Amino acid sequence: MSAAREAVLGRIRSALGPGAVVPDVPRAYRGAGAAAAAAGDVVALFCERVADYRATVRRVAAADLASAVASACAERGVRRLVIPPGGPAAIEGLDLVVDDPPLSPQDLDATDGVLSGCALAIAETGTIVLDGGERSGRRAITLVPDYHACVVEAASIVAGVPDAVAALAEAAAAGRPITLVSGPSATSDIELDRVEGVHGPRTLDVFVVEPQ
Amino acid sequence: MSARGFPAVAHETLADSQLRRNLGKATQTIRAKRLATVAELDDWEGLREAGAAIKARAMATLPEQLERLEAAVTRAGGTVHWARDGAEATALVAEVARAHGAREVIKVKSLATDEIGLNEGLAERGVTAIETDLAELIVQLDGDKQSHILVPAIHKNRAEIRALFERTIAQGQELGWEASAIAEAARKHLRAKFLSVPMAVSGANFGIAETGTICVVESEGNGRMCTTLPEVLVTVMGIEKVLAEWRDLEVFLQLLPRSSTAERMNPYTSLWTGVRPDDGPREFHLILLDNGRTDVLADEVGRQALHCIRCSACLNVCPVYSRAGGQAYESVYPGPIGAILTPQLRGLGEAPTLPWASSLCGACYEACPVKIDIPSVLVHLRARVVREEKSRLAPEALAMGAAAKVFASRGRYERAQRLSRLGRGPLGRVPLPGWSAMRESPEVPETTFREWWRARDGAARPAAGPEAGR
Repeated sequence: MSAAREAVLGRIRSALGPGAVVPDVPRAYRGAGAAAAAAGDVVALFCERVADYRATVRRVAAADLASAVASACAERGVRRLVIPPGGPAAIEGLDLVVDDPPLSPQDLDATDGVLSGCALAIAETGTIVLDGGERSGRRAITLVPDYHACVVEAASIVAGVPDAVAALAEAAAAGRPITLVSGPSATSDIELDRVEGVHGPRTLDVFVVEPQ
Repeated sequence: MSARGFPAVAHETLADSQLRRNLGKATQTIRAKRLATVAELDDWEGLREAGAAIKARAMATLPEQLERLEAAVTRAGGTVHWARDGAEATALVAEVARAHGAREVIKVKSLATDEIGLNEGLAERGVTAIETDLAELIVQLDGDKQSHILVPAIHKNRAEIRALFERTIAQGQELGWEASAIAEAARKHLRAKFLSVPMAVSGANFGIAETGTICVVESEGNGRMCTTLPEVLVTVMGIEKVLAEWRDLEVFLQLLPRSSTAERMNPYTSLWTGVRPDDGPREFHLILLDNGRTDVLADEVGRQALHCIRCSACLNVCPVYSRAGGQAYESVYPGPIGAILTPQLRGLGEAPTLPWASSLCGACYEACPVKIDIPSVLVHLRARVVREEKSRLAPEALAMGAAAKVFASRGRYERAQRLSRLGRGPLGRVPLPGWSAMRESPEVPETTFREWWRARDGAARPAAGPEAGR
């Protein structure tokens, strides 16, 4: 369809006419690095904002992570968990299924949930960022199962959206898929009111891990 | 589809009291929430200024940005196509479906594909398009028309949706009354499709020229399903959705969710670049769609309508939209933004009444996250409709022409005033269709200033006028 390409580009050029003025972009907002000062304790803010989406947040020490995950899963009645290839070898009381070789969507649908890490998290918006890397795993594993347990390293929490976009520039340039997750799946389609739980995981448990 | 015009359809929708109740409730809820979420950011005005400038810059350099996007997507293993109009885009999607033997495609909510009637076009070629967004599914199941940019089924309340589902996807079941039970029915219905249909079609909120990344912003997870699980993904993107830099996202990922669903962030945002081995679709096609957008770009005042990020804030604050409803606009783009976008995309002659579907109160401009000056564009388009579309033989044009002649000469003006006192002539109270129904004609005075002055002149003339000395 190169005829269409030339036609569309030609129409754009003639619509713009000669000497189109290219405006500068004023960036009079809090950019990367600027939100941190305003946000104060980003870990506390992140926990508060994630909880606003009706996700459950637990702050745990690294040594207690495995038992915290196990007890959360027990509460939810979740036993079989998918994990990305770089995940933990075993957690007592849980049946871990490694996504290697990649599980089919049907296999994923047959598991109870997924345990993943993330690339980083955004405090101001309570957002978890997955980047298809070792911690996050393939996109499908954090999507198809109905329960998502996500581990967030406290040190990976940034203050605002511009901080996250700056930190993700390299992943984007490398062509990695990036998914922003803010709470469990939801819809505003019934009377413009947010209801949790449609196609993505309906339950999101977040574990914020802090150094000892 | 031949348009009946806003006044005719609005006349009917205004009489639907259920629709007005549903719409009033939904828009009031979201208005209050949006104000609160926006107030959390003390740099909101700075973000709006940046958003407007980023869009203006992308439009001013559009050929360059589209070529960069094309190169980046191609480098990442995707295929880029160009479509002059909806028919070309539909043919391209159908060709991909044919190559993959897909009889069904799953769809992420996309206004661009609604605009070009993609579902109908695919159906003619034997391919069934399955809408996966909850509101689009409701509209599709009911054979209805969209009435809101973000929530196409906003005109339906919970009870109506529940009844529709019990008639269609949840036959024989009794659903609960709570919204979550309705969402659960949609989840069950669509899950099998997500896991088995080999092809998906999406729109795009943003396409980043620098990296070749496409962005889809959503809530339910249906967007993630469609862009992740099928073997082939086709994205239909209007050419105005391109952003120059990756960094530009830091502005729009703040402006869009707070303006549309009044959330700090929407539940899911998917960003992908071409194809990725072992993760997501094995084949990716990007269709860059014109379909009238270059005509909008050619109008120096009207082109700012292309900056729209489809948040729907202007609909929710509009006194006309929230009463007349979206279907009165006879377009997938209703409300204030639709009133300036639809006539420009389709041609003024196809939607000549829409620029008048506004009280020019300016609430839309205030709410717009990219500062589109909708009232000014409305006034500009009204002038264009009068200049370009209205016949010079129309009663209003003839009357205005006659009035212009009368006002142009003192002699003619005074003769007309005398005639009008007898109830005749061009200044008399002649009813003009669509004009005098809404407007009072001024009374012609018994004696005009000039007549009074001349009569005074004829009498003995004092040295100073009656006002002298004050």
